[in-house]
Amino acid sequence: MVGAGQAGVELAVSLRQGGYQGTVTLVGAESHAPYQRPPLSKGYLAGDGGTLTLRPAEFYRAHGIEVLRGVSVVGAVPVVGADPGHLVTDDGTTIAYDRLAITTGAGPRRLDVPGDGLPGVHYLRTVDDSDRLRAIVAAPGTGRIVVVGGGFIGLEVAAVARTLGRRVTVVEAAPRLMPRAVAPVVSDFYAEAHLRRGVEIRLGTGVVALHGDDRLREVELSDGTRLPADVAVVGVGIVPRTELATSLGLRVEGGIVVDAAGRTSDAVTVAAGDCVVAPHPLTGDGLVRLESVPGAVAQARVAAATLLGRPLRGPAVPWFWSDQYDLKLQIAGLADGHDATVVRRDGDTLAVLYYRGETLLAVHAVNRVADYVAVRKALAARATIPAASATDPATPLAGLARPVTPAPVTPAPVTPAAPVARAADDLLTRAEQ
Amino acid sequence: MPKVRYVAADGTERGIDAEVGDSVMQTAVWHGVPGIIGECGGNRSCATCHVYVREEYAALVGPAVDLEDDMLDLAVAERRPGSRLSCQIRITEELDGLTVDVPAEQQ
Repeated sequence: MVGAGQAGVELAVSLRQGGYQGTVTLVGAESHAPYQRPPLSKGYLAGDGGTLTLRPAEFYRAHGIEVLRGVSVVGAVPVVGADPGHLVTDDGTTIAYDRLAITTGAGPRRLDVPGDGLPGVHYLRTVDDSDRLRAIVAAPGTGRIVVVGGGFIGLEVAAVARTLGRRVTVVEAAPRLMPRAVAPVVSDFYAEAHLRRGVEIRLGTGVVALHGDDRLREVELSDGTRLPADVAVVGVGIVPRTELATSLGLRVEGGIVVDAAGRTSDAVTVAAGDCVVAPHPLTGDGLVRLESVPGAVAQARVAAATLLGRPLRGPAVPWFWSDQYDLKLQIAGLADGHDATVVRRDGDTLAVLYYRGETLLAVHAVNRVADYVAVRKALAARATIPAASATDPATPLAGLARPVTPAPVTPAPVTPAAPVARAADDLLTRAEQ
Repeated sequence: MPKVRYVAADGTERGIDAEVGDSVMQTAVWHGVPGIIGECGGNRSCATCHVYVREEYAALVGPAVDLEDDMLDLAVAERRPGSRLSCQIRITEELDGLTVDVPAEQQ
């Protein structure tokens, strides 16, 4: 496994749990033991003191997984026939391999404007990034923080910084927050939530330059405004790390292209996590990048099974979450391509169900866990929740799931039982049994 | 150190000396207890760390409330009176001897 993030670790562990007896080596570029990233912009940044480390060293020893830390792969020779492939690392050593898993993840997309290298400009991807940022957002002496990018990472950082008492401005180039991820009603809900807590929001304006002398002083917007800034936190998306795949001649299209079984264009190489684009997990169409831990974990399990020669089958409903203040956003499914929505709002809770025709695609739920759970189960069962039955937020969604394609009406000597959404059919762990 | 006992569906028991302040989920994951997955890292988002708290500890541990209560409906195994997401149970000295059953469906 090249890349010791969540996908790499899951792949290695899954190989062992699947009975693989050979050597398993996990190569990580960071000096830290493999850790989880979601808390880096949430609880860990806020100083909750939780553990990020995925597994203790004893676990890897007990499972025969060699973990190399602080080692970058800088070159590779592919497997040819019976000859093993080779990875060349930055310390000059060579690692031979028979099978390769690329789990290199992604890096933060750079802002790429004048002044983006000034001290005071921060990105957030690693625990070291989060530690640096933690010291800044926790310091009462920190002046205005400008968050560049109103997506999940930017808004989570804004929420933490504001909760700790900092002055925060969020700048988003699109006319609404989280534009690629959620429906306008969810964007507006979050804009209200941040504004109510004192965050300033600038929508529809990009950042054209960062100004300063020995450090950042001002953020210049496309409308000409210059915002005073002590600190800029840039969260404008990720760029998959595909250099290794490219050097091996693998197909790369905005990510390493894999099939539903996690195979790359090379028969002995699989890939998983933020570095890949894969067929839509529910429809099998197109190539999507999930950019989430659950996605990475699901793909890693599939890829491990493929390496073991036991391809996994079974639906995996994508899911995501974002914590901002006391608002828990839970997403199941992918809303892309929707043509209708049902909005269930009740006080400080909100759920949006997304449909294409009668097909239920996704839910975005804010502090409405029961709605999230009901939709996730329905998606796993390939069922829908008829829009007309879902409009009243006081009516629980549980039990409303129906087959997507109704059985023929006539003649119907036997009424087929409606597929009842069973608990968490989407979890690949079950498919492994 | 308080001891936590994890009982598999076949009756196999693993006793682990746990750190006070850790969760029952994390303790299990760190020691490789089968069937406690903790996919979301303890965020009450995946319900893959569902356990049944034995009756004699139920009062001490307390019931699932609010968000956790709703999330338990996502768990693969049926809900019972002692159902909890083990990521939400913090280990204290008082919980020494805590015994939880791991649902067969998660293993």
